[in-house]
Amino acid sequence: MAFARTWLLPALLLLAAVALPFLVPTYYVQFASKVLIMGILAMALNLVVGFGGLVSMCHAAFFGLAGYVLAIATPKYDPASFWTSFPLAVGVSAFAALIIGALALRTRGVYFIMVTLAFGEMLFFLFHDTKLAGGSDGAFINYKPDVTIGGVTLLNLDKPLIFYLTVLAFTVATIALLTMLVRSPFGHALQAARDNERRARSLGFPIFRLRLTAFVISGAVAGVAGYLAAAQYGYVAPQMLGWHVSATVLVMVLIGGLRSVAGPLVGALVLLGLEEVLKSSTEYWKLIEGLVVIAIVLMLPDGMRHLLNAVFGPADDRSEEAAVGEAKHV
Amino acid sequence: MSERAANASMQAVALSKSFGGLRAVADVSLDVHTDEIHAVIGPNGAGKSTLINLLSGDLHVSGGSIHLDGRDVTRLRSERRARAGIGRSFQKTTIFAQSTVHENVRLAAQAHAKSPLRMFGGVRGDAAVNRAAHEALEQTGLMPRKATPANKLSHGEQRQLEIAMVLATTPRIILLDEPLAGMGLQEARRIVELIASLRKGHAVLLVEHDMDAVFELADRLTVMQDGRVIATGSPNEVRRDPAVRAAYLGTHGDAA
Amino acid sequence: MDLATFGVQLLNAIQYGMVLFLVASGLTLVFGILGVINLAHGTFYMLGAYLAYGIATSTGSFWLAMIGGVAIAFVVGLLLENVFIRRLYGRDHLAQVLLSFGLILVLDDIRQIVFGKDVHSVAAPQFLSGSIQLTDNMSYPVYRLAICVFCLFIAAAIFFVIQRTKIGMIVRAGAENREMTRALGIRFDQINRYVFAVGIALAALAGIVVSPISTVFPGMGDGMLILSFVVIVVGGIGSITGAALGALLIGLTDTFGKVFFPSVSSILIYVLMAAVLVWRPNGILGRREV
Repeated sequence: MAFARTWLLPALLLLAAVALPFLVPTYYVQFASKVLIMGILAMALNLVVGFGGLVSMCHAAFFGLAGYVLAIATPKYDPASFWTSFPLAVGVSAFAALIIGALALRTRGVYFIMVTLAFGEMLFFLFHDTKLAGGSDGAFINYKPDVTIGGVTLLNLDKPLIFYLTVLAFTVATIALLTMLVRSPFGHALQAARDNERRARSLGFPIFRLRLTAFVISGAVAGVAGYLAAAQYGYVAPQMLGWHVSATVLVMVLIGGLRSVAGPLVGALVLLGLEEVLKSSTEYWKLIEGLVVIAIVLMLPDGMRHLLNAVFGPADDRSEEAAVGEAKHV
Repeated sequence: MSERAANASMQAVALSKSFGGLRAVADVSLDVHTDEIHAVIGPNGAGKSTLINLLSGDLHVSGGSIHLDGRDVTRLRSERRARAGIGRSFQKTTIFAQSTVHENVRLAAQAHAKSPLRMFGGVRGDAAVNRAAHEALEQTGLMPRKATPANKLSHGEQRQLEIAMVLATTPRIILLDEPLAGMGLQEARRIVELIASLRKGHAVLLVEHDMDAVFELADRLTVMQDGRVIATGSPNEVRRDPAVRAAYLGTHGDAA
Repeated sequence: MDLATFGVQLLNAIQYGMVLFLVASGLTLVFGILGVINLAHGTFYMLGAYLAYGIATSTGSFWLAMIGGVAIAFVVGLLLENVFIRRLYGRDHLAQVLLSFGLILVLDDIRQIVFGKDVHSVAAPQFLSGSIQLTDNMSYPVYRLAICVFCLFIAAAIFFVIQRTKIGMIVRAGAENREMTRALGIRFDQINRYVFAVGIALAALAGIVVSPISTVFPGMGDGMLILSFVVIVVGGIGSITGAALGALLIGLTDTFGKVFFPSVSSILIYVLMAAVLVWRPNGILGRREV
């Protein structure tokens, strides 16, 4: 059973994911890309929230910032080079996470939440109120980034299929990276600090450095998602950095389950799927979504795992590894 | 282990701590060396817990200084002091409740590994960490329980676990804050024996209320009252000290 | 800048700060006593303003709008506490954040259904309109002065109730040590309900009070929420006096920022917050690190 959960199931899912674009209309391929991108963002956030125990409300800012970097780096009538714009975008997001994290981590608990929310809004206003990149109107990215070496196009991101597979590759890479981190001594220490900060500190773990590192990595991966999102839509707007987006991503994390690396990806699928259905049914979809969020918080504190346990029965008894940092499970 | 711990010493010089207008600790000096257990006793409110918190770095001193092997560590925060070789147990059991006994101890050992925050490679591979964890579990007798989640242990076993975690960090100074609090007789016996075994190779500072345990374990005794030291010396000397009798031991009726 | 203009801006800053304090104190009340962070706090500020608009236009009376608005907010607060908020006590921050976020989504759409998305303004009461001559060359709107006085009065009332009455003592005791107070036989359900209702009523009151001088628009709640957070972080964690100081500082920074650095004025308060975090992570009047 353990073999099935750890290897067989993910392999099957990956196979299905790769096969998807050949089986469904283009619209759904683009929707799948969107889900994967938000999944990357949610998984990045979960490193800090689920594994670090810190509720960050500014991750949309790292997400949007990377998108804006691509927009600014893309000339009006030419595509930007992937090889320069991508590292730049991710680097800027990581840098923002470094500054904000260094300041926010000086507080704890609710104040951390308030501070991250405030700094996230600061970045929102930075783009909304200044002429930096179109102000409140946002900016267009007229051409998707160029992935070429020596004049040879490696990936034509204009094609939805190629774009989707690229995003899928990034998603798998993100899962691999986060799984490695969570299982490493670093990951164990991060979770120890979450479980009992006092004890972790008195054992000698450098808590501030530990959390800041997690925060920066998380911000960088959020930047990856933001870059891809901007590339997909061809448009960035200050709303991408708004705290409502941060809160929505938190909902995905909650749905997917805080203790799993890939859970938030499932959360993204569920929430975005729900939004698709709601938006096409009623004008007041926000009201329904709000009620659903409230219901989830009140009735499914462990996210989907609660539901799955109810339907399929509880998971196998937890191994030592599983007790501290689980790998992908659905 | 013994080479590192040889002749370790910790000294508090004229320590004081005030919370607003309240003087919790005033002009307290003491020291503790390797291969000795130095107990600190006193009535409630004497400032014993505050003293431990000052020594561990969990509280900032208002005055005075703390030295580790002659080096002034007063300004070091608790995590730096822990890495410098100070381990402490808390009055209220402070462990990683959701993790297994083994994971708790392994984490403690990891904190003092060469790269405690290594970002790759999993946690099973470090031989030094595994060895330190193994030895700590052996010494505290928790090996048979190593796969049990910590929150399923009895109160006494949890206290043992906390000491095991301290041991896994291979400390030179061990600070124990009322390790016997809330224990039944049998559990207490086990912990007392465990503490006695800690003497060799470590400098142990023990804050306790249980007088029997204190007199059984202590090589030296310091008595505090109202934040000050009122006597210090061997257990017999302290027993006979009139100030101490008046303040504290007199009510216990156990003379001479 | 001449003295008269400076004086006017200073009064503006103070008036703005007073409103901020009103909202922030409601937030601190709920958070400090119930231990719940309520992101929907700003939404009640917005709802207060829309209620004021609705009641004032249909009855023609600002006073009715004020009393009615506060009453409605209070009752809604009682209801919400009973149904949702009390399930958050003792739960982790993520749950509180997300539940209150869900509330925002619901309340926003309700506001849209009842009032639409339009922007409005409300007429100030007749006898408070116009300006008063303060010095030879400085006149100032009466209504804004009235706001300052009113907010001071409310602040004093809060202080009095919390510090000097029996109910205030119970509330404070509950905040410090819930278990012990409960062991003494004091039932918290009612008290919690009222504390929450008062908290959001304060936010609504602030919204009502500013509706004549500030546009009533859908996004005003969000802006106020963030500002309240900045006020609390700057002024001091766990301190009502800190909230007052923070509110004043933010008021000054924002008002004079708009005058001197209009292009970056919206970012200035965050720069202030960053500076405070570097120098005093617990806020200016917050508890020093032990």
